[in-house]
Amino acid sequence: MSRVRALFAALLFLLGLRRAVAERRRVVPRGRPSPRAEAVVLALLGLATLCSAGFVAVYALDRIPRQTQFLGLTLGLALAFLAAACVVVARRVLPDEEVAHDYPPPAHEREREEVVRIVEESKDAFTRRRLLGLAAGGAGAALGAALITPVVSLGPFLDTDRLRASPWSRGRRLVGEDGRPLRAGDIGFKEFYTAYPEGADREQVAAPVVVVRLPPSALRLPDGRTGWAPHGILAYSKVCTHAGCAIALYRAPLYEPREPKPALVCPCHYSTFDPAAGGTVLFGPAGRPLPQLPLLIDGAGHLRAAGGFSGPVGPSWWGVRMK
Amino acid sequence: MRFALTALAALVAALPAGAQVREGYDLYGKHCATCHSVAGRAPSLQGAGARAADFYLRTGYMPLVSPDDQPWRTRVRFSEGQLRALVAYVASLGGPPIPRPHPERGSVAQGRALFDENCAGCHQAVAVGGMMPGARVPSLARSTPVEIAEAVRIGPYVMPRFSRKRLSDAQLDSLIRYVMSTQSPHDPGGWSIGHLGPIPEGMVAWLIGGAALIAASLAIGRRRGS
Repeated sequence: MSRVRALFAALLFLLGLRRAVAERRRVVPRGRPSPRAEAVVLALLGLATLCSAGFVAVYALDRIPRQTQFLGLTLGLALAFLAAACVVVARRVLPDEEVAHDYPPPAHEREREEVVRIVEESKDAFTRRRLLGLAAGGAGAALGAALITPVVSLGPFLDTDRLRASPWSRGRRLVGEDGRPLRAGDIGFKEFYTAYPEGADREQVAAPVVVVRLPPSALRLPDGRTGWAPHGILAYSKVCTHAGCAIALYRAPLYEPREPKPALVCPCHYSTFDPAAGGTVLFGPAGRPLPQLPLLIDGAGHLRAAGGFSGPVGPSWWGVRMK
Repeated sequence: MRFALTALAALVAALPAGAQVREGYDLYGKHCATCHSVAGRAPSLQGAGARAADFYLRTGYMPLVSPDDQPWRTRVRFSEGQLRALVAYVASLGGPPIPRPHPERGSVAQGRALFDENCAGCHQAVAVGGMMPGARVPSLARSTPVEIAEAVRIGPYVMPRFSRKRLSDAQLDSLIRYVMSTQSPHDPGGWSIGHLGPIPEGMVAWLIGGAALIAASLAIGRRRGS
C-alpha cells in the first residue's frame, strides 16, 4: 500500500502538483531556501545544455580544424557541468540528513515509510522546483542528443546518391601512381597495376582501380559486359566491398592447371574476388562483387574508361543491391 | 609423352651441347622430365631460362614431390656441380639469364616505400611472410639478392610478376636492399618480440612492467590492519 502511495507521490511531484498532498508532521526540518545555489545550479545546467548543443554543432559543421579535439572538449565540458550541478545540488541545496540507524532486517512498514518521507521532504528545500526540473531535463535531453548524433555518420539515410558518385566516365584516361597514362601494351599477364582517373581527386573512394590482364578466352564476364575488357585487360575498383580496404593482393598463377586460379584479394579479411567472372566473390566476408570498370583502348594505345562502374563502389550499406 | 621426350632429345642434340649441358640433360631426365615433359602436368621449360632454373633449384623449390604442391623452400638436393649443369641445360632451351642485382646502389628508404606498395600486402611489412587464400606466403628471411631479383621478374607460384616497366632495375636494387635490411634489423630496444609491432610490445611492457610495479609496491608497502 505504502509503495503505491510513494509511487503516486513521486508522480504528483513530477507533475508539480504535490501541494495537494496533506501536510503531515515533518521528519526533516524545512531547510532554508538557498536561491543563490539554485541559480548556480541553473547556470551549470544551462552550460551543460549549451556544451551538448555545441557538440552537435561541431559534429554537423564537418570542416572545422581540430574537430576531434573540439568534439572531446564540448562533450567533456557538458559532462563536467552536469557533474558540477549535481555536486552543488547535493552540497548546497539539499539538507544534510544522515540516517544513522541500520536498515531493519525485515523491512518494517513504518520505518520504510519514514525513509520515503525523508527523501520526499528533502526536496522541499527547492524553491524553483519546476524550473530546476526543466533545466535538468533540458540538460539531459541535450546530452542525449549529443550522444546519439554520431549515429548520423553510419551513412546517408535517405539520399544515397553520394555513395554512387564516381569520377569515372566514358573517355577518362587511366593514369598510374606516377600520373603517366597507362598503355595497354604495357599491361602483361600476371601483372598488377593500380590506376587513377586522370585529373581527378585520388582521395575519392571510387577513384582507384586495379588493372590486370587475363587471356580473353579465360573470361566469363556477366551478360551485358561484352567489350568491357579489350585484349583481356580488366579494371576493378580497388576498394573492397566488405569493409573498404584496398585490394592489394593479386593471386596470379604461373601455371594455371596446377595452381589456384587468378584472384583479387583484400588483405584485411581475405575477401577474394574472381577477375575473370566480373569480380564475383570466391571466398571471404564480402557480400557483393567488386565493381568493374569498362575499358577501351584509344588510338594512342592508352587505356580509357568506357563508362562508369558496374555497381556502387566501396563498403556495402543497407539498401545496396547485393547482386 | 614419348613424342615430347623425343622432340626434346632432338632439340638438345641440335644444340651445341657442352659436357655440362649433357650432364644437365641426364639430370633433367632423372629428376624433372616426369612432370616437365608432360603437357598439362607442369609448365614447359622452353624459354624459362637460367633465371627460373637457378631460382627454383637453389631455393629447393624443385623438384616437387607432387605437381599440385606449392613449391616451398627446402633442402637443395643437388651438388653445386649438378646444379650448374641443370641450369646450363635449361638455359640451353632459351630464356632470360640469371640477373645480377646491385643492392648496394639502392636506397633503403625507396625500397621500403616500394615494398610497402607492392609486396607488403602478402609478405608483410618486415618480409616475414604469411597466408593468402589458397597459398602460403614465404618469408624472405633467407632469400639472397639474386633470388629476390629472380622471383620479382618470374612471379613464382601465385605471386604477381613485375616487368622492367613496372619496376625498373634501379628500383629493384632498392627493394632488395630493403629486404636485406629486414634480415638483420637494428634492434636498439633489445628484444624485438618477432618484429610484430607496437601491440605485442605494449602487451609485454604491461605484463612485465605491471608485474614489476606490483612487486615493488608489495616490497615497499605494508598491509594496513594486520
